[in-house]
Amino acid sequence: MNMNAIEKVGSYAVLMKRTFGLPDRWRMFFRQFLDEIQKQGLDSLAITIIISVFIGAVITIQMVLNTSNPLLPDYATGLAVRDTLLLEFSSSILCLILAGKVGSSISSEIGTMRITEQIDALDIMGVNSANYLIFPKITAFMTIIPCLVIASMFFGILGGYSMAYFTDIITIHEYVYGIQFMFVPFYITYSVIKGIVFAFIIASIAAYYGYTVKGGSLEVGKASTDAVVNSSVIILLFNVMLTKLLLS
Amino acid sequence: MIEVKNISKAFDGPVLKNVSTILETGKTNLIIGQSGSGKTVLMKSIVGIHKVDSGEIHYDGRDITKMKRKDRNHFRREMGMLFQGSALFDSLTVLENVMFPLEMFSYDSPKVRHERAVFCLERVNLGDALDLYPSEISGGMQKRAAIARAIVLNPKYLFCDEPNSGLDPITSLLIDRLIQEITHEFNITTIINTHDMNSVMEIGENIVFINKGEKAWQGTKEQIFDTDCEPLNNFVFASNLYKELRVAHKMFLEGEAKKLIK
Repeated sequence: MNMNAIEKVGSYAVLMKRTFGLPDRWRMFFRQFLDEIQKQGLDSLAITIIISVFIGAVITIQMVLNTSNPLLPDYATGLAVRDTLLLEFSSSILCLILAGKVGSSISSEIGTMRITEQIDALDIMGVNSANYLIFPKITAFMTIIPCLVIASMFFGILGGYSMAYFTDIITIHEYVYGIQFMFVPFYITYSVIKGIVFAFIIASIAAYYGYTVKGGSLEVGKASTDAVVNSSVIILLFNVMLTKLLLS
Repeated sequence: MIEVKNISKAFDGPVLKNVSTILETGKTNLIIGQSGSGKTVLMKSIVGIHKVDSGEIHYDGRDITKMKRKDRNHFRREMGMLFQGSALFDSLTVLENVMFPLEMFSYDSPKVRHERAVFCLERVNLGDALDLYPSEISGGMQKRAAIARAIVLNPKYLFCDEPNSGLDPITSLLIDRLIQEITHEFNITTIINTHDMNSVMEIGENIVFINKGEKAWQGTKEQIFDTDCEPLNNFVFASNLYKELRVAHKMFLEGEAKKLIK
């Protein structure tokens, strides 16, 4: 039976209520937490760096090509690269990418545990399975995401710098001047706040789809896809709301 | 003792209809029936995974259907369960799987916890597989590891959902005997879901037959050959072996009767 959207929101809220409570054993929680930091954070660092470097480089080339106007100073390229990365790429776009990687991983892991009765086994033992499985995933991802966002900013700007260094489309001096020009430190805070909210959305929605899966491996795959699609849409929605709220 | 009183459960249609039974302490209680008869739903309702629509389930006088979630979670620490697919945690070794309930709920020292887990694994003859992952051991070994995990907290109630599924006859027999030995050794109320007649004849001490969501018959394995319950006869005597056993049983009884008359 297909649940309608309101029922899904309701069952998501009920699951979150079960998830956010004190762990039965803090020792077990911290063990899980560190494991999730490794799986969701450190294992995502390489893809974050690679994507950020190349996007930074491409934005630099695009800006130079599309703003070749004598009225615009050359340092505008560095400024545009910085603001694009800080305001949108390193939070929203990065989180959309991570929704695919981390979201599908969480959803399929919990979904497989569901269909192989491992979650039932936890329940029978008297463990709050939602709290034990989901809480460390959400908290770990929310903890590690600021590091990924800041790493993305740094390596994105470095990607643009490498274009200035290896090609002659812009001088290093102009690029660095543009990066520093009219810098607003709050943009970093804004981006980190967005990242933390998006991390919650990704981890909790993926966990919800995995936890409530019914059937076999086919349904686990479908739950994983649904988790990525729905969390991406909700990220875009919250992106608009948070931008209006924090920057207006 | 577990007393099930008039429980009903429906999903899209009715699955359990007004089932009542008594499952006795220190005995292997078998719930038998065809695939789709509702025996797994009955077991999952008894342990509280499925919430029943009506009826009561008393564990030594305590009604689990009326417990709050927190109390029920606490109470479940008195239960152990062996799932059909073993349900071992893939990311943990065999020893870590058995240690898991102890890590969650035991306040003993790490050394005592470790000794207890190793004792349970040795009890099920898995003392040499401590560091292997579930994917590295056979189905029978997985079942034995799951039994060790189920008994590690000294449960009062042990539930086994089709413990023989996917196992060869010899391994099935070993698992059946292991469950029965553990039941008697630790005086546990054991409930086993099965449609394997060999298990019924090997370890069945109190047998409940479920047919189309209803309790159709309850008795001992000796009484199973003398019942008039047609669905049970159809279920039991689907195998030629048991048809012949029934004939032998009748001949034996007739012979005994003649002896008495003489």
